[in-house]
Amino acid sequence: MMKKTKIIDATGFQRAINRLAHEIVEKEKGAENLAVVGIRTRGDFLARRIAAKIEEIERRPIPVGTLDITLYRDDLRGRLDQPQLQSTQILFDITGKTLVLIDDVLFTGRTIRAALNALMDMGRPAEIQLLVLIDRGHRELPIKADFVGKNVPTSMKQTINVLMKELDDEDAVFLSDSDEMELKR
Amino acid sequence: MKLQNRHLLGLDGMSKEDISAILDTAVLFKEVLERPIKKVPPLQGKTIVNLFFESSTRTRISFELAERRLSADVVTFSTAGSSVSKGETLKDTARNIEAMKIDMVVIRHPAPGASHFLSRVVDANVINAGDGGHEHPTQGLLDMFTLRDKYGRLENLKVCIVGDITHSRVARSNIYGLTTMGAEVSVCGPATLIPRDIEKLGVKVFHRLEDVVQDVDVINVLRIQLERQESGLFPSLREYHRYFGVTKEKVSKASKPITIMHPGPINRDVELSADLADSEHSVILQQVTNGVAVRMAVLYLLGTSN
Repeated sequence: MMKKTKIIDATGFQRAINRLAHEIVEKEKGAENLAVVGIRTRGDFLARRIAAKIEEIERRPIPVGTLDITLYRDDLRGRLDQPQLQSTQILFDITGKTLVLIDDVLFTGRTIRAALNALMDMGRPAEIQLLVLIDRGHRELPIKADFVGKNVPTSMKQTINVLMKELDDEDAVFLSDSDEMELKR
Repeated sequence: MKLQNRHLLGLDGMSKEDISAILDTAVLFKEVLERPIKKVPPLQGKTIVNLFFESSTRTRISFELAERRLSADVVTFSTAGSSVSKGETLKDTARNIEAMKIDMVVIRHPAPGASHFLSRVVDANVINAGDGGHEHPTQGLLDMFTLRDKYGRLENLKVCIVGDITHSRVARSNIYGLTTMGAEVSVCGPATLIPRDIEKLGVKVFHRLEDVVQDVDVINVLRIQLERQESGLFPSLREYHRYFGVTKEKVSKASKPITIMHPGPINRDVELSADLADSEHSVILQQVTNGVAVRMAVLYLLGTSN
């Protein structure tokens, strides 16, 4: 038996992005020196939308980068399927920038650890802030988000699915009870 | 994305999907090589041994760089021209590799099939870095990568390999790889240096360079192995240069610009004129740069598949 609940719909999704963009501008007191980096795949689309919103608020261009963390994963060996390596495109110098690192779901924190290591190999940002759309708990590393779209307490058996128009039919977030969780990760 | 074979022994029989997977992955490593820190961690904790039973500078350095940039631990062993009976040396080497818990082996050996032999007796992933006159798969891959980078495709690209085809592992790997990817491959050289039944591999044979330049997009010039000059397969270097040396003058007769490749090291003004090697049509140095990215891709794909 699988139960699937929509916890964020298209309107909620848009509101979350708007609010997160405003929060960044407020906390960073503007957007000077600001750049965003999204983690593939959905963090990347999220980053583009948030950057567009900040540009709208502050009327200045925000550099956007895309990060693929495959080479920095801590589970590269031991997996049966080989994760697909994709491109990293950060075409600006991150040194000295205030970087907002963006991912869709924060879970164990291992992806963020990998992303931080990857960024450190590319330069020395002045600071890195973490933004996630969903924080579902169950951290395995001492990592916390600075900007959160929604906190969703979950059990280990549940799955969070973030859908985005760029890839899926709609903008939405689903919470489902699933035995297949371990397979999906 | 996982390759069908856990070793890279040759391009003979390798699928189009696998070749494309390696070339696509190499694009991503080329980006890594442009970062300020050109090192990534996926092979951390893996030990790779480079066994070079035949002299090599560029291939050995290229492999070592690729391995180190993937954070592997690297040991290089080279013996140029050892007179020990090869079969026995290799078997002993294999036993030692097993005993030292090595994860991957890169081997260059004068005997064709040496890497195949090694792959049957060790658990480690084996990569052929050139086995006699048989194959040199990473050279074939980097040549294809360089062409795909320049033309955006390999299908229907007309490539002629010029020189000593019979003794060339570079020619063989290029022929297997390029024909699989849909390129039109031809060869050109003195009749004594072209295998008699080469057409069976799906290539066209030219005996005159003048005919080649009217037909092709790319000329891949092979090194004339000077050590073979004694064997009487061609009369003299001067005569070779006159008929088969690729020069600016001969290439200028073509109706479209021709891209010049060479696996190195060049005998300047023997198989390739110096002015052409240094001209804007030459991609020889790009081949060297791309070699590191392509080898990183191969090592990564083999080293992280379980």
